[in-house]
Amino acid sequence: MSSSPSSLHLAVALDGAGWHPAAWREPVARPRELFTARYWADLVAEAERGLLDFVTIEDGLGLQSSHPLEPDGRTDQVRGRLDAVLIAARVAPLTRHIGIVPTVVTTHTEPFHLSKAIATLDYVSTGRAGLRVQITARQNEAAHFGRRPIPHIDPLNDPPAWESVAALFDEAADYVEVVRRLWDSWEDDAEIRDTATGRFIDRDKLHYVDFESPHFSVKGPSITPRPPQGQPIVTALAHDTVPYRLVARSADVGYVTPHDTGQARAIVEEIRTEQTAAGRAGELLHVFGDLVVLLDDDPAEAAARRERLDALAGYAYTSDARIFAGTPAQLADLLQELASAGLSGFRLRPAVAGHDLPAITRRLVPELQRRGAFRQAYEADTLRGLLGLTRPANRYATATAAVGA
Amino acid sequence: MSKPLKQIHLAAHFPGVNNTTVWSDPQAGSHIEFSSFVHFARTAERAKFDFLFLAEGLRLREQGGKIYDLDVVGRPDTFTVLTALAAVTEHLGLTGTINSTFNEPYEVARQFASLDHLSDGRAAWNVVTSWDAFTGENFRRGGFLPQNERYSRAKEFLQTAGELFDSWHGDEVLADQHTGTFLRDAKAGAFVHSGQHFDIEGQFNVPRSPQGRPVIFQAGDSDEGREFAASTADAIFSRYATLKEGREFYTDVKNRLAKYGRHADQLKILPAASFVLGDTDAEAEELAREVRRLQVSGATAIKHLEFVWNRDLSAYDPDGPLPDIDPDLGEHTVARGRAQVRMYRDPLATAREWRERAEANNWSIRDLVIETGNRQNFVGSPATVAETINDFVQADASDGFILVPHITPGGLDGFADTVVPLLQERGVFRTEYEGTTLRDRLGLAHPDAEAAGERAAS
Repeated sequence: MSSSPSSLHLAVALDGAGWHPAAWREPVARPRELFTARYWADLVAEAERGLLDFVTIEDGLGLQSSHPLEPDGRTDQVRGRLDAVLIAARVAPLTRHIGIVPTVVTTHTEPFHLSKAIATLDYVSTGRAGLRVQITARQNEAAHFGRRPIPHIDPLNDPPAWESVAALFDEAADYVEVVRRLWDSWEDDAEIRDTATGRFIDRDKLHYVDFESPHFSVKGPSITPRPPQGQPIVTALAHDTVPYRLVARSADVGYVTPHDTGQARAIVEEIRTEQTAAGRAGELLHVFGDLVVLLDDDPAEAAARRERLDALAGYAYTSDARIFAGTPAQLADLLQELASAGLSGFRLRPAVAGHDLPAITRRLVPELQRRGAFRQAYEADTLRGLLGLTRPANRYATATAAVGA
Repeated sequence: MSKPLKQIHLAAHFPGVNNTTVWSDPQAGSHIEFSSFVHFARTAERAKFDFLFLAEGLRLREQGGKIYDLDVVGRPDTFTVLTALAAVTEHLGLTGTINSTFNEPYEVARQFASLDHLSDGRAAWNVVTSWDAFTGENFRRGGFLPQNERYSRAKEFLQTAGELFDSWHGDEVLADQHTGTFLRDAKAGAFVHSGQHFDIEGQFNVPRSPQGRPVIFQAGDSDEGREFAASTADAIFSRYATLKEGREFYTDVKNRLAKYGRHADQLKILPAASFVLGDTDAEAEELAREVRRLQVSGATAIKHLEFVWNRDLSAYDPDGPLPDIDPDLGEHTVARGRAQVRMYRDPLATAREWRERAEANNWSIRDLVIETGNRQNFVGSPATVAETINDFVQADASDGFILVPHITPGGLDGFADTVVPLLQERGVFRTEYEGTTLRDRLGLAHPDAEAAGERAAS
């Protein structure tokens, strides 16, 4: 069944008690449970109840901070978090349809470990895994590993700073390439259990990935067989040309942060150009708009809630993404308008998880369904299926076939 | 007055990547599908086992320059599958083997602390060191460590991870919605570690987990390995599952604890052990012979001999006599990524001994490998096996066993249904889980209580 052109994809981004720094102060928040499995299981179950395509889970290799590059030493906001891949693994067996997409920091971790972790998430969720790649240019996080210096960046927009950030994005692209090669390093039918010869696997269907780059080299093959989706989906958040290029080269879904329709159109156009340049013109690459949302039935109520949260935080919360405060119907209008600029879906960031996530699943989703703009039931068993992405052919199997032909 | 009966600890080793795992049996299922792990873990939990154990391998093994294809190959990521199992079990401990050579302390500490939170205190870490550049080719830091630096890195890795676990004391998260104070202390998680292998500082970002620290396992049998375990481990994964060797090892290691100010019950000794059950002892013996034949095919026997000979022996007939040529000494080039290679420290002596034994008994190559290889530790009727295990533990040859079935995922079912009830009848194995954490199950003190005890005593 193909989705209608007006049909949107919807994801939610989960982060602590919600994206507003004062979210944890709300009575509906469960701030003492943020480090428990039950809390995360409840959030993901709620998202699945709303038939959402997937959830993302934020992560980081240091304490959260209101400053883009340094720790802030604050004690009045949520600090501390659990490993996102493991939260994903913990909730996967408790759900059946929804995609689960943890954040992974590429700057200090091993692509070999990560490749098998996400492949395993795909096994434990039977085909619903993805990942969101993220770089870190924070010096304090580099000091947690002590393996490589990260140049000091200040201010954010000076050219040498961008060069070093661009290098981190290039490394992220290499990282994704290695991870994908490792997923392909076992052909789907490599396990043969041939009792006649005593062979468990056909080693001709296992492949060395032999990847070399300035930051790492990886021999392969993976120790984990090719996952159910062949390749779990790869996603990335992008705010400018360099990260747009990462999305265009490496991702299945890119998250962008337009503040209006014109900006959305320009961003989509830039990504499509980069996509063509990367030789992926024919491939389905989703571009999702990211929005922080505060949803209430009365627009004044939503605005008042935003003010109340800002007052609790002690400052007006701003974000890289547009902050929407209004009714579910108003948000539905906005999403449809932004979609007309070429976005195929949205990743909504609930300002208060305990309030705005149920508002998405129980108010926004029915509104979009009434408009024929969102699914009525899960129509596929895998995340690729939900997103209309086919199961990719194995690059090594294709190579073998080509040689044989 | 007689000594009170020791309580036995039992764990289940998911059948791993080796030739003891019989994949050709019609009952053998997938080694990678999550449903197999669920079945295995739930059986272990139904039987009230202490924990489930996962081994590790970070590169596919090779022999003769090609990927080794005769054994089960392919396994999931340890942290991911253990955390997923936390969702489908309630009490079972979750023990993962994680290498200290190809990981960094901050990341591993985060993962274990997260697993401990997400399992409500059931995480355990079997700390191992890697030994070869072969495995290193899959990782950023590449290379490997000289033999003499392996333990030094492992020790410092464990020490550093401990500093990270302890960087949160457990009372920092106030989350007081009225006052708006989330953290009691802005410096929560602060750490500085400067040493030979790690020079790191900052703030650990996972609050203190239910067990404070995961239960720490060690394997390793050298003098240095035993000393390392005696100084830092909560449990040892050992390989002495015969009574005499077991008692020697047990006595030796437990005697080493005092110098670190530790009691004998602060370190559990748990050998890996395999078993074959039958309705009668005779039937079990017969089954065990069949299993050995399945585990050691002719091709497998030849490959096994190559570990010692370090030569291509594919031209030899597995049903014929042993090779009359000597092993190739020097660097081992035939089998790569195999721990077994290190077991034969003197290949010439091993080859001579094997030839003599084969000749004396009229054994073929395959017979020899079957006879000298990993025999099943416990073979017999459920009553015989229960009695043997209990005798072993009561004789202080171990504190229990990590059982390795030869079939996935149902290989534990019979043991759970027949042997466990007999041990329970004897009053040497739990009928209900006690406490909530893995430390509780193993009778280990919580690290915070231990620290408090030390403070009180000083």
